[in-house]
Amino acid sequence: MSKFLKIAASLALLGTSAQAEGFGLGREALPKEIAAWDVSVRPDGTGLPEGSGDVWTGEEVFADKCAVCHGDFAEGVGNWPKLAGGWDTLDRKDPVKTVGSYWPYLSTTWDYINRSMPFGDAQTLEPDEVYAMVAYILYSNDIVDDDFVLSKDTFLDVEMPNADGFFVDDRDETEYAQWSGEPCMENCKDNVEVTMRAVFLDVTPGVDEAATSDGQITDEPAQAAATTEDTAEEPAEEVAEQDSAAPDPELVAAGEKVFRKCAACHQVGEGAKNRVGPTLNGIVGHPAGQVDGFRYSNALTDMADDGLVWDDENLRAFLADPRGFMKGTKMSFAGLRKDDDLDAILAYLASFAG
Amino acid sequence: MRQKTEEKMSNGPSRRTFLRGAAAGTALLAGTAARAQTPDPLITEVQPWASGFGDPVDAHPYGMPIRFEDDVVRRNVEWLTADTISSINFTPIHALDGTITPQGCAFERHHSGAIELSKADYRLMINGLVDRPLVFTYADLERFPRENHVYFCECAANSGMEWAGAQLNGAQFTHGMIHNMEYTGVPLRTLLEEAGLDTAGDLSGKWVYVEGADASSNGRSIPMEKALDDCLIAFKANGEALRKEHGYPVRLVVPGWEGNMWIKWIRRIEVTDGPMESREETSKYTDVMKDGSARKWTWAMDAKSVVTSPSPQAPITHGKGPLVISGLAWSGRGAITRVDVSKDGGKTWQTARLAKPGEKMALTRFYLDTEWDGEQMLLQSRAMDDTGYVQPTKDQLREVRGLNSVYHNNGIQTWLVNASGEAENVEVS
Repeated sequence: MSKFLKIAASLALLGTSAQAEGFGLGREALPKEIAAWDVSVRPDGTGLPEGSGDVWTGEEVFADKCAVCHGDFAEGVGNWPKLAGGWDTLDRKDPVKTVGSYWPYLSTTWDYINRSMPFGDAQTLEPDEVYAMVAYILYSNDIVDDDFVLSKDTFLDVEMPNADGFFVDDRDETEYAQWSGEPCMENCKDNVEVTMRAVFLDVTPGVDEAATSDGQITDEPAQAAATTEDTAEEPAEEVAEQDSAAPDPELVAAGEKVFRKCAACHQVGEGAKNRVGPTLNGIVGHPAGQVDGFRYSNALTDMADDGLVWDDENLRAFLADPRGFMKGTKMSFAGLRKDDDLDAILAYLASFAG
Repeated sequence: MRQKTEEKMSNGPSRRTFLRGAAAGTALLAGTAARAQTPDPLITEVQPWASGFGDPVDAHPYGMPIRFEDDVVRRNVEWLTADTISSINFTPIHALDGTITPQGCAFERHHSGAIELSKADYRLMINGLVDRPLVFTYADLERFPRENHVYFCECAANSGMEWAGAQLNGAQFTHGMIHNMEYTGVPLRTLLEEAGLDTAGDLSGKWVYVEGADASSNGRSIPMEKALDDCLIAFKANGEALRKEHGYPVRLVVPGWEGNMWIKWIRRIEVTDGPMESREETSKYTDVMKDGSARKWTWAMDAKSVVTSPSPQAPITHGKGPLVISGLAWSGRGAITRVDVSKDGGKTWQTARLAKPGEKMALTRFYLDTEWDGEQMLLQSRAMDDTGYVQPTKDQLREVRGLNSVYHNNGIQTWLVNASGEAENVEVS
């Protein structure tokens, strides 16, 4: 590496003098443009905006905007990242790399949340919200006390537990020398035994599982299509019923607010597209698992094959406790705990016909 | 008879059904030169394609592979990630040959989905320690002198699932986070010089921070030495525009270095006096060692190779006799100079034939033209590059790094090929 650096550095010096005039292409970037795009925050806090946030405000913002994926206590839901915990796991099997156990710089947390979170709704947070969320994540990791207020001024007071846990690439000393030179070609080992076989023979997304007899790949086996037709008639009546009942505009409006919890993953209304979750137009009263082009979990597909219809009762049970209602669902959502919210979301969803 | 042939054609004897039949032991084709018992109707009967019309020239203004190849596609492994927006899929390397990866089946890795950004809406900003902060349009970029280079792009997590042991049964899944394309673009150096680097002073301790236009921004810090050496601001791949999923209209190419640094939809380049320490270079893409400490700045992808055929998704279907063992080799630190192949799990090795001399930081195709005796094989390949580096075994890697590194696994892969020609992902002593 050091040799490479020297060569490159000398090249660099040559380069700057050679093309001093330039091509005269492009135009000067305006200060407002630079301010809009250059939002980087450096390890020393350079780039942090004015503002502040405390742990308890952070808890509220976190519950509202982050807990769907990261859990109420930043412990992570399903496969979504855990943000807290994991201390003393880095030298064990399957280390848990969280903000508290692994991340070396606090600036990274602030910068990443500010740029890219919430997932699917990036760059919508106010600086105070970001400060508060970061304060809450630090609190969840026992790095600060509950009266902590994060701002530009307190930023450098925070000590990240794993700040000294990293070292610069040393492969040229620890690996390259011992793995070089003329390798063995004959009699390299006395014995060769198979010590391990692929664990996920069946989990490997199979050529066979999705293949029909004519060699076409389809996401939906022919059987599923037949099931659709079988169950289509009954729900159609229910939809008619729903439509005839006059929706309560207040409840629908309340549901629109509740839907914000869903909007990171689901779209509804005109022009809705499948995102992390399927579109929800016409879902109330319809058979499950029917949105074109969305790959459902096996759990949902199985229940759909058994005739699951998203009537009021089923949808209510699912949204109250997704994983309790459907073990193996990919929907990473903790559930709506309040009946009022369930009433509202159902009214809201019912206002969108299929 | 005519009708029968037509039926056969419309059903399409796909490669997959062929493979399945062959694997099940149906001798569709004799492995060795055999005497035909009856005349082959494909030869003796007039086939519909030899009599009627094929497609007119306006049938496919932009063509897709013929339907018989419809299993040669990118695939993902659902349980690897929480959802498919921030996820990865794999190049079907088991079914490709040569070295250039067609864009349509080249692996994708997004951190916030593949965005749609038009050339008209595209802007590239250079700011920070430069003499003149600049904004370029796409049309501006096309007016700088451009270069063409073939480079591989490998995700740092390629083979990452295999750290603790054999996991996924297929070269596509163990080694498919890689593609190799011919890029057309402007050297990053040209653009940095256009903005002027006098303000930056001594360049040896300077960095560029690069970020994308998508919601993840996926920012990374690159030492100035590398930025001025061979990085490209690329807008074409394999002769045509980049695909949306690979960063249309403009991506960064960082030859030989981990794919995460190849910023897609690149929108900003900032000259700085230190690394930004972004999420992607601290919490991710750092290699945890067995004592719990972590290596950072492990940018270069070390020499690596894999036998792509035979492999679990590409079994031997022809019985004993002539066999082409084929695979890919590459090094992020130079050119491949030699690849050895072992059929007995590393006891003895034979040097394979390189299809062309290895090129720097590009895929190299190797072949071992051999005879198969119908016995079990433990197939391995071992790459060497022009630094003298020899691809290590997985156990050698684990001895230095432990089991938790996730990234940068370039250990030697073993396929167990059984007497029926089926292959399985295994590890050997």
